[in-house]
Amino acid sequence: MKHLELTSLQIKEKILSKEIQAVDVIKHLFEWIKETEPNVQAYITTTEEESLRKAEEIDKKVKNNERVGLLAGIPIAIKDNICTKNLLTTCASQILKNFIPPYDAFVINRLKEEDAIIIGKTNLDEFAMGSSTENSSYKETRNPWDLERVPGGSSGGSAAAVASNLAFMALGSETGGSIRQPAAMCGVVGVKPTYGRVSRYGLIAFGSSLDQIGTLTKDIKDAAVLLQVISGHDACDSTSAPVPVPDYLHGIDSGINGLKIGIPKEYFADGLNTDIQKAIKDALGIYEKLGAEIIDISLPHTEYAVATYYLVATAEASSNLARYDGVRYGLRAGSEGGIVSMYCRTRSEGFGNEVKRRVMLGNYALSAGYYDAYYLKASKVRTLIKNDFDAAFEKVDCIICPTSPVPAFKIGERTNNPLEMYLTDVYTIPANLAGIPGISIPCGFSREGLPIGMQILGRYFEEKRLLQIAHTFEAETNFHLKTPPLKDPRWCRG
Amino acid sequence: MEYEVVIGLETHAELSTLTKLFCGCSTKFGVEPNTQVCPVCLGMPGVLPVMNKKAFEYSLKSALALHCEINKFTNFDRKSYYYPDLPKNYQISQNYYNLGVNGYMTIEVNGSTKKIRIHNVHLEEEAGKLIHPEEIGTNYSLVDFNRAGVPLLEIVSYPDMRGVDEVDSYMQTLRKILLYMDVSDCKMQEGSLRFEASISLREKGSDKLGNRVEIKNLNSMKAVIKAIEYEVGRQSKLLDRGETVARETRLWDAVTERSERMRSKEEAQDYRYFPEPDLLPVLIDEKWLHEIKGTIPELPLDRKLRFVEVFKLSDYDSGILTEEKVFADFFEECVKILNRPKAISNWIINDLLREVKDRKLDIHNLPIKPKQLASLIEIIEKGTISSTIAKEVFSEMIQSGKNPHAIIEEKKLAQISDESLIESIIEKVIATNPEAIEDYKKGKKNALSFLMGQVMKETKGKANPKIVNELLKGKVGV
Amino acid sequence: MIDKKLIEYVASLSRLELTRDEEEMFMNQLTDILSYIEKLRKLNTEDVKPMAYPLNKSNVFREDKLCPSTSKEEILANAPAKIDAFFKVPKVIE
Ligand SMILES: [Zn+2]
Repeated sequence: MKHLELTSLQIKEKILSKEIQAVDVIKHLFEWIKETEPNVQAYITTTEEESLRKAEEIDKKVKNNERVGLLAGIPIAIKDNICTKNLLTTCASQILKNFIPPYDAFVINRLKEEDAIIIGKTNLDEFAMGSSTENSSYKETRNPWDLERVPGGSSGGSAAAVASNLAFMALGSETGGSIRQPAAMCGVVGVKPTYGRVSRYGLIAFGSSLDQIGTLTKDIKDAAVLLQVISGHDACDSTSAPVPVPDYLHGIDSGINGLKIGIPKEYFADGLNTDIQKAIKDALGIYEKLGAEIIDISLPHTEYAVATYYLVATAEASSNLARYDGVRYGLRAGSEGGIVSMYCRTRSEGFGNEVKRRVMLGNYALSAGYYDAYYLKASKVRTLIKNDFDAAFEKVDCIICPTSPVPAFKIGERTNNPLEMYLTDVYTIPANLAGIPGISIPCGFSREGLPIGMQILGRYFEEKRLLQIAHTFEAETNFHLKTPPLKDPRWCRG
Repeated sequence: MEYEVVIGLETHAELSTLTKLFCGCSTKFGVEPNTQVCPVCLGMPGVLPVMNKKAFEYSLKSALALHCEINKFTNFDRKSYYYPDLPKNYQISQNYYNLGVNGYMTIEVNGSTKKIRIHNVHLEEEAGKLIHPEEIGTNYSLVDFNRAGVPLLEIVSYPDMRGVDEVDSYMQTLRKILLYMDVSDCKMQEGSLRFEASISLREKGSDKLGNRVEIKNLNSMKAVIKAIEYEVGRQSKLLDRGETVARETRLWDAVTERSERMRSKEEAQDYRYFPEPDLLPVLIDEKWLHEIKGTIPELPLDRKLRFVEVFKLSDYDSGILTEEKVFADFFEECVKILNRPKAISNWIINDLLREVKDRKLDIHNLPIKPKQLASLIEIIEKGTISSTIAKEVFSEMIQSGKNPHAIIEEKKLAQISDESLIESIIEKVIATNPEAIEDYKKGKKNALSFLMGQVMKETKGKANPKIVNELLKGKVGV
Repeated sequence: MIDKKLIEYVASLSRLELTRDEEEMFMNQLTDILSYIEKLRKLNTEDVKPMAYPLNKSNVFREDKLCPSTSKEEILANAPAKIDAFFKVPKVIE
């Protein structure tokens, strides 16, 4: 099963050259899933039969020398808040425990057009609300590097699946760091594109002005090809940008000579784990050696980002989640009472505590008499945070900082204190508020052997530049090649 | 005590676009339940709205026709409330930057005009339909989402109306304007035009507004008037007794003709408006505004006044002609071809409208063209047919869509003006009615009319009556 | 900062019914979060424009063109309760 450790592009190459059949890849993969999934618990749903059928189709195409798509035969996992036609889509919530979408998300259509094989739907924090995947109402996904720790979140299932070779690549989504943070904690590459780069059509909304679909992959080239496939304008999403999509792989290795890297002092403040601080410092040393210029910058409103985020995101969420009322789809409880009691029972039974907390916070921030002090105030501070980035990008080409202030923490360690959990996203949230793109790449390990992620932020729609910058580092290091010790009996609790 | 009534109206008009506001589902009325629904208008998880350009332009057009200032920056807001016919449990509407504000509409009451100010005009989405089965003991309601997402224009007036006459005129005028612009079919029975009234009373002469009561569930213009009359009575009684009127929302019951309290001010809903992040703002520039302005036709009241002025028609006739744009257009087309406004107006009002009513014709697809009516009138004026025959020809034109010339030819309806032919008929009539000549000679003047009638009968009414009269007089020796 | 009356109001806006214990828990947690959020008050934002849309874009429209609707079977497939072609809900009284 050695080939499960290959990257997506490598396995595709082998399928196309007929060195291996797509069907065999799927078979091996599902054997590995059966063996490993009980430990990692990355998936809510898997689709073995359908995957085999699709793999046969691709093998036939290859055999007949027919044209195949960019992702031919690559097994991909999808975060379970992205709608898949005729395939259960739960958002890790009881309220959607039986929801079968009658349509495919834009990104799913694109994947299917490019012959990717969707192997399952991955676990997440309920409605993507969380930073550890502990808020799933289905299962507790574990960090493949240490099964007693969280994988990060909310795209924890996708990150853990890619890290443990349970998928070759995965889609995740971000509202406040939900791709980059679990990517960092699981030691994989996570890309959060510019707001508007990838259509949100079919992504179950959390915070509509922040949400964006992105990628989790084993390396940068895989990220480039997956991003290539899912990017582009969609007439069904008014907020999708009609900006041309460049060829992300082309010139990915063209280097970083003359690159100006900004280092925001606010991101190296109290609370930053010292191993992480050191890993980032070492990484900057490598960049400098490769010809980059390191420039100290300031993003003065960083300390307000978390507060701003928890008003904007929850306000939007409170209205986005109003539709789960037991009328048209999903769970219904308490129909013996009147309509209002049916609403209340359905939502009280269907939502977990974190969702309830955020929906209440959001409704409070929008309610009569509080709108100006909370929602409107936060919208204004959001402008200040965006202005910080605009000013910085006049001086530098990209910003490098830690993705998360801490490596993966223990399961249950932060669940009793929501505020402490929210602060986990302190470094990722500003990019979502501004709408700029960001990548997290593996850049080292903590003294406990946990992966450390480095974040690279860029200007609007400069994903290609970010991929080049990240690839340059990846080519010089081998952090991304390390795989978690899943075969180690110490970790196998079954 | 004597009170002044202060009334404002909120109007909802469904726009007559082909598709819904945010998806491509049809807006057709009266189809099988839940067959014009897609994930978008059902508010399924993950879907997003995309604005129908025509709906937006119709709204802009309406706001301009109501003399509103147009916000150069306008956007959409979410209005949150739970109701099973509202798929997302929020309605996409406008609150902070309505597309039109501070307008007015001129109404006419008892021959004089008055401006009613418009507070705002905005665009929002329609809800679905909730059905309450009538069987006793049912503990459920049913929902049909076919209407959900149909574009809905809301027009909010200032409380500038002072009585039901003004309210009636406001409703009629607004309806006519929307119909004239072809932006809504305004069918109250199908719910595509709806009104809500807010009413307060104050002592005559006072400028302090009384507590306002809102009335909902008004399904016809008649209901609006009745509900206001009822409310005025209710409030005056309260005030007469020295009690205060509670600020509340009441529900009109058209059957009992009474209203019931629905909710008090304290229970007022907290709509939690905030900018809809799934739709982007709309910036409106001068060029676009100019384009839209170019599509606004002359409005009914202006047109009526012009008809009186230019064509010297009566106020009453102009009113009837401009009631429906189709007929006003028809009239003007005719006048362009044949400059006989009075005759044309008479034909439209007396004959065309009657035929339309009797035959239940589709006014947007009339079987007669302006050119045809004009040539009919021309034929009458030339004396080719009498006006009595003309009625017959007109009816045939409506029936068959043929030109009047063809009908006259086919049915040989042209007047006989050949004097020698008429003379020979007169001689025949005199020969067969000698007693009539005797009577005439004895002084019975009406004997002449009898003979005249006999000649017309012989010619099936086609003889030119003027010639018959002259020749007959010569024959009997007057 | 968040008292019992307010938490009840916010829960009702959210269409949630909370047990006594949940009320207590959420009241404390939301109070914590809101006191953290208080830091925004320090910032003077008087002349700052609010940012509701991260994308610098406007005037996105679709043409008024018909698209086929979804079949009523598919539309009703996820319905928790239905009668004929209708969604069924507990009786709604105006
Ligand atoms: Zn639809």
